[in-house]
Amino acid sequence: MSDVTNAANNGVNVEALLGARAALTDAPAAAQFVWRAESEWKGGVHTQSTIAGFFGLGEEQSRGKSFNFDTDHPEVFAARDQGATPVEVVLVGLAGCLTGGIASVAQNRGIQLHSVKATIEAPMDLAGILGIDADVRNGFKSIKVSYQIDADASDDEIRAVVAQSQKRSAVFDIITNPTDVNVEVNK
Amino acid sequence: MSDRFKNRSRSAGTRDVVVIGAGHAGLAASYCLNERAIDHVVLERGEIANSWRKERWDSLQLLTPNWQSRLPGYGYSGDNPDGFMSMPEVIDFIAGYARHSGAPVRTHTTVSSVRPERGGYRIETDQGTWQARAVVIASGACNIANKPRVADDLPPGIRSLTPHDYRSPAQLEQGGVLVVGASATGLQLADEIRRAGHEVVIATGEHVRMPRRYRGHDIQFWLDRTGLINQRYDEVDDVARARGLPSPQLIGSHDLPILDLNRLSANGVQIVGRLMGVRNGAAQFSGSLRNVCALADLKMNRLLDGIDEWVLRNSVLCDAPQRFDATRVDESPVLTLDLSKNNIQTVIWATGFRPDYSWLDVPVLDRKGRIRHDGGVVDAPGMYVLGLPVLRRRKSSFIHGIEDDVRDITEHLANYLDDLSGRTYPFTRNAAAGACARTAAA
Repeated sequence: MSDVTNAANNGVNVEALLGARAALTDAPAAAQFVWRAESEWKGGVHTQSTIAGFFGLGEEQSRGKSFNFDTDHPEVFAARDQGATPVEVVLVGLAGCLTGGIASVAQNRGIQLHSVKATIEAPMDLAGILGIDADVRNGFKSIKVSYQIDADASDDEIRAVVAQSQKRSAVFDIITNPTDVNVEVNK
Repeated sequence: MSDRFKNRSRSAGTRDVVVIGAGHAGLAASYCLNERAIDHVVLERGEIANSWRKERWDSLQLLTPNWQSRLPGYGYSGDNPDGFMSMPEVIDFIAGYARHSGAPVRTHTTVSSVRPERGGYRIETDQGTWQARAVVIASGACNIANKPRVADDLPPGIRSLTPHDYRSPAQLEQGGVLVVGASATGLQLADEIRRAGHEVVIATGEHVRMPRRYRGHDIQFWLDRTGLINQRYDEVDDVARARGLPSPQLIGSHDLPILDLNRLSANGVQIVGRLMGVRNGAAQFSGSLRNVCALADLKMNRLLDGIDEWVLRNSVLCDAPQRFDATRVDESPVLTLDLSKNNIQTVIWATGFRPDYSWLDVPVLDRKGRIRHDGGVVDAPGMYVLGLPVLRRRKSSFIHGIEDDVRDITEHLANYLDDLSGRTYPFTRNAAAGACARTAAA
């Protein structure tokens, strides 16, 4: 079993993840993380968001760098298209989370991945956000993720990896289950 | 300290071992203690097999076939080995075992506290106080029906039931029923309530799908033959996860080869995702339904693959392999359900059970309220627990699973008492005790 595990290399340090799992089982306080983003209006419907530090393992964590994300809307929305729409960024989050999960689960199960590609589609009725029809929700009607995976494993083993990745995915959970959202305004 | 002056704490007796609970586990423990001539008493809050009498719904039948109903020194002797016991039959079986073994049971004796005292334990009951050097907790795994916090958010006027309150569809109001949870309990209740004519919605999180019959045999035959059910707790990949798994979707009946979500939806039960919240009178269900069904289908097929491989390896003659249809999920599963608009009158929380340790004044519970133990040897000297899921083996919580566990545990307990006394215990070890020890070692 361990030979099989060692044979696969998906570039995921599963030993470190399993070590963290064991350590955090005994130290539930250290498992309490807070993720953060900061954002600033850039004019029109263009916003720039910045990701830098986060809180975890009992203290502030600094990456020593930051990431910027521009969100805007395309020209059909009469905007300047200087970034993806926020709803597309949600899809980016889901793809990143599920695919990272697939790599980790496959590594843990000793499955070598050669290629993992996904297309994500999320239909939306604009009658919601435009206030045309109060019965239409603002968000996606549904989300469809289609994976094409080339790996040294049977069909069912690959399906099981993808299923397990969904089961352990934070973004999948955020999208599929209600979250209390508190938006406040400070002067 | 003032307790000792109270009337209720009058001394009831001293024993080497006090066993708490006279269900199948406590009686099996008593049987093996008797074999070793270890002095003990079994304390029972109600009657023998109390939870089977008071905390089961009317139609429930044991999930294991009669041939599997066996306890140390005792077994099923009827003429229908492939049948499933009804609750009255289970009660008769266990009460018969108590008579057969002559277990020293004190019924109607409710334990209110167990705490360490002078190298042993002080066990307070409503019938006086016992002292013991060791304690075996056999008070059951299902004393309390779990109710998730979301239960508090149900609009007024909706009746909330747990499987402990539920007896039969006859007690339900007219109207729809939301069954929360798709384990054996949830599926069985959704099925019979639907057949009684109610609209039924079943909220489905992670579940374990399993056919009743496979390749011409009961599934328990295969779990037994392949040795899966005997797998030890220290051989299971993730024992914490295994201990928390919902019970497989089985029913004690051979009327159908499989009782699953497909069968329920064919009968008109609406399948929705896990219940995540109730807001403004509407239930909110998770969008993960497809995935929990995929997980259960894949897992069931891995089990069946394993059985097929075993059959091939051992050249067993039996019916051809088969696969069951994948679980069908609606094109757009319902995500919110307005409870009053949909005339939901009753919610049944089939969301699992947990033991009650409110009387246990020994610091052996973890932060989730579970008892800390290593294969039933509790994290306190001379304290043992029996009958919990995957306690020592995958079969630990089944009636037939108790024997191997009890033999291991009583051996450990006998050694503990030996060490405590600094001498071989007991003074007179009878022949049966030797046989018992040998079986445990095998």
